[in-house]
Amino acid sequence: MAIKTYILVCGGTGCLATRGGEVYEALKKEITEQGVQAQAQVVRTGCFGFCAKGPVVKTLPDETFYVNVQDTDAQEIVAEHVVKGRPVKRLLYDQSQSRLNVRMEDISFYQKQFRMVLRNCGVIDPEKIEEYIARNGYVALSKVLTEMTPDQVVDELKKSGLRGRGGAGFPTWLKWKFTKDAPGDEKYVVCNADEGDPGAYMDRSTIEGDPHSILEAMAIAGRTVGASKGVIYIRAEYPLAIKHLETAIRQAREYGLLGKDILGSGFTFDVEIRLGAGAFVCGEETALLASTMGRRGMPIPRPPFPAVSGLWQKPTVINNVETYANIPVIITGGGDWFAKVGTPKSPGTKVFALTGKIINSGLIEVPMGITLREIIYDIGGGIRDGKAFKAVQTGGPSGGVITADYLDVPIDYEHLAELGSIMGSGGMIVMDEDDCMVDVARFYQDFCVDESCGKCAPCRIGTRTLLNLLEQIAEGQGTPEHLEKIAEVGHAMQKAALCGLGQTAPNPVLSTMKYFEAEYRAHIDDKRCPAGKCTHLVTYEIDPEKCIGCTLCARKCPVNTIEGERQKPHRIIQENCIKCGECLRACKFGAVSRR
Amino acid sequence: MAKLTLADLKKLRETYAAEFHARKADVHQVQITVGLGTCGIAAGALDLLTVFAEELVKAGVREVSIRHTGCMGLCHSEPTVEVAVPGMPTVIYGNVNGETGRKIVQQHIVRKLLVNDHIFDKPAADILNT
Repeated sequence: MAIKTYILVCGGTGCLATRGGEVYEALKKEITEQGVQAQAQVVRTGCFGFCAKGPVVKTLPDETFYVNVQDTDAQEIVAEHVVKGRPVKRLLYDQSQSRLNVRMEDISFYQKQFRMVLRNCGVIDPEKIEEYIARNGYVALSKVLTEMTPDQVVDELKKSGLRGRGGAGFPTWLKWKFTKDAPGDEKYVVCNADEGDPGAYMDRSTIEGDPHSILEAMAIAGRTVGASKGVIYIRAEYPLAIKHLETAIRQAREYGLLGKDILGSGFTFDVEIRLGAGAFVCGEETALLASTMGRRGMPIPRPPFPAVSGLWQKPTVINNVETYANIPVIITGGGDWFAKVGTPKSPGTKVFALTGKIINSGLIEVPMGITLREIIYDIGGGIRDGKAFKAVQTGGPSGGVITADYLDVPIDYEHLAELGSIMGSGGMIVMDEDDCMVDVARFYQDFCVDESCGKCAPCRIGTRTLLNLLEQIAEGQGTPEHLEKIAEVGHAMQKAALCGLGQTAPNPVLSTMKYFEAEYRAHIDDKRCPAGKCTHLVTYEIDPEKCIGCTLCARKCPVNTIEGERQKPHRIIQENCIKCGECLRACKFGAVSRR
Repeated sequence: MAKLTLADLKKLRETYAAEFHARKADVHQVQITVGLGTCGIAAGALDLLTVFAEELVKAGVREVSIRHTGCMGLCHSEPTVEVAVPGMPTVIYGNVNGETGRKIVQQHIVRKLLVNDHIFDKPAADILNT
């Protein structure tokens, strides 16, 4: 007899800590005792997220999700679910507890994710246009070409409330309308795929997994604004995404979904790829356009906005990858349907690249309005190695940190801006107690110094000045005046820099200073780095009481600066110590301490 | 390929959708889908293709298709592989190295039993709900 029910028991660290192992054993025992081992299999799995509600158990093929399961529940699960085929109601996950501001029926939200942009990622073969077509691909384009006027498309976008996913959140319909209404016969559609924030890879994954969705959306944009040419600006560091895009463009041309007289409608539109050399500033739209035209990638003051004068000084609509990926869904499903997901002011979903000290790092797509707590604990499975959560960095070098106090703030454009961070393109780096906020600010500042194009003084000089100040603090030479100076320079940059890069470059330091002032003070007043990250402020010492003279640390020390005889307490010669921490990791007796 | 008209596109969609959905809902043959985004490839997913091919031949499983797809979103557990076998629920395996790949063929595909310690939850319901 074939297996009818598969009982999956989460074997993630979180669930094992809450006795998931016992649940697994108990279920296996019950299966045998109740004589159903030929009909059911108990399987231990990887982490399912939801560690706070663990141990979790899921059954297949009926997809029942049980939470807080104890080994004592095994008898009932097997007797009821497996034998009688009805769920154990008291163990079911209560969806009404979800704080999600989502009013959609018929979809199970225990997973908390809602895949709209990533609808095809991991589902279709990205190199086969047929699979994209099978999943409603090019339905939206057909609709736009045959049933809708450009004004109706703009109206649909307006109803949807879609805002630019590149970070700033400008209403997409308005951008399209400006370009549509701008005078001129020659217009352009540009896709910004110059994803450059450290730790962000949403756009790369979207293009790699579903390149046709971008092409379809760009053709829709072309029809709407009256453009016949599209350009995708993508960084050369994304070879697979470029390859998939090239394949997709070739296939779409073969099928007549790009090129002349698309689907017999008389509409002509084609797309070409421009490779960027990987400069962060080229994510800024005017710099991107300059680079696309073969000029040096530097921003120019706006206005005029690209909608009026963009590529080759012609009206240009420019959106990022994720924004485009939403368009076919909005046209097919309708703006009203789209607006039901997320919050009234920020409808839809957001894709995040969840990285850092999180158990389940990954590419996630969640409805706007979800809380950080749900992302980190329910989806991400919590912090690695049982450490304490410290902060999340969003928005990369242009963003800031969100601390534990704000875990329950809904994530949307407005709330993040209020906290002094930004939505950004969607990088989300989780930090724990071992991460030093001065060090984090220094890292991002260093990045901005490298990436500043140098055109305007506030950015060119400001980023360098901030970095110098931060380095001095990290090296123990900070004074209270350093903090004042940082605030002064930072605020000047926010006001005076030419483009978004310079205006937002002080955000990481200003935001960490705001939420972790005590940590900055510790570096300045006590010359101490609480997280033990700033090497200049850390001292390693061996406790002679605990050291048994095993010589292990001395052998591990890369600069041979630990002295001592066998079986006698050892000593670190501080002058030569490079503070690498090898001795601390090596010592089996807890004799080495870090201060 | 000749250029499509609207009617052609619709017909094409119906043909492929029928095929695609039939494959998804109730598979007629064993289907292994390997996540081949940059993340998967970096974690060694390309080698898995060879492992599966060899092991399937060894096990004498003939009716099988090995498909490629993009990132499934489970970066913490790359390489990821979706396995669909007729009469069994479709599951996603993570952290699939060569050894686990062979186990998936021997245990899941041949003996129809799920493999311990590697199953991960599909991150979200399919909005096309097919």
